[in-house]
Amino acid sequence: MDISLIFKIASIGILLGILNIILDKADKKEFAYITTLVGVVIVFGMVIILISRLFDNIRTIFQLY
Amino acid sequence: MEVVQIVGLGLVATILIVLLRQSDRSDAALLVSVVTGVIIFSMVIDKVKYIIDILSNLSRNANIEFTYFTTILKIIGIAYIVEFGAQISRDAGEESIASKIELGGKVIIMVLSMPILLALMDLILKILP
Repeated sequence: MDISLIFKIASIGILLGILNIILDKADKKEFAYITTLVGVVIVFGMVIILISRLFDNIRTIFQLY
Repeated sequence: MEVVQIVGLGLVATILIVLLRQSDRSDAALLVSVVTGVIIFSMVIDKVKYIIDILSNLSRNANIEFTYFTTILKIIGIAYIVEFGAQISRDAGEESIASKIELGGKVIIMVLSMPILLALMDLILKILP
């Protein structure tokens, strides 16, 4: 299991925060919202694969069908 | 040493989450905590499998009926999944969703344990004259 995904998600979060602040200051509220949305979708796409793998593991180990 | 790895990972993730919460990005903080939970579970999943193999061998040697053992195993698995989901929604401050998830898990566990209850009732009726 690679731990780098945690750092990846955290750095994407920090980057999004900075972008959000800059776009807010430049009076581009709608772009700030869109960047937030896109970032959340990208990160969630990474995480959902992990979650499905976890549920598959639990299902095979605890014999849930 | 697996323990040191797990605790270190937890500490690093906690610091990252605090950092993200401070900069007002609680969505990313939530996802970091989910990924940390998944990674820690996948670190110990081999050990859990080893324990379950040993327990199933023991129950086979002790001539316990095997369906009871698999039922208990299923209940433990359901409890883990439900706890995982409920804890995530509780972290995000959605107390009501968390309690609904727990309610669903409890009902499903109840349904799974009904055959054991019926077997117990049969036993009691057999013992009684």
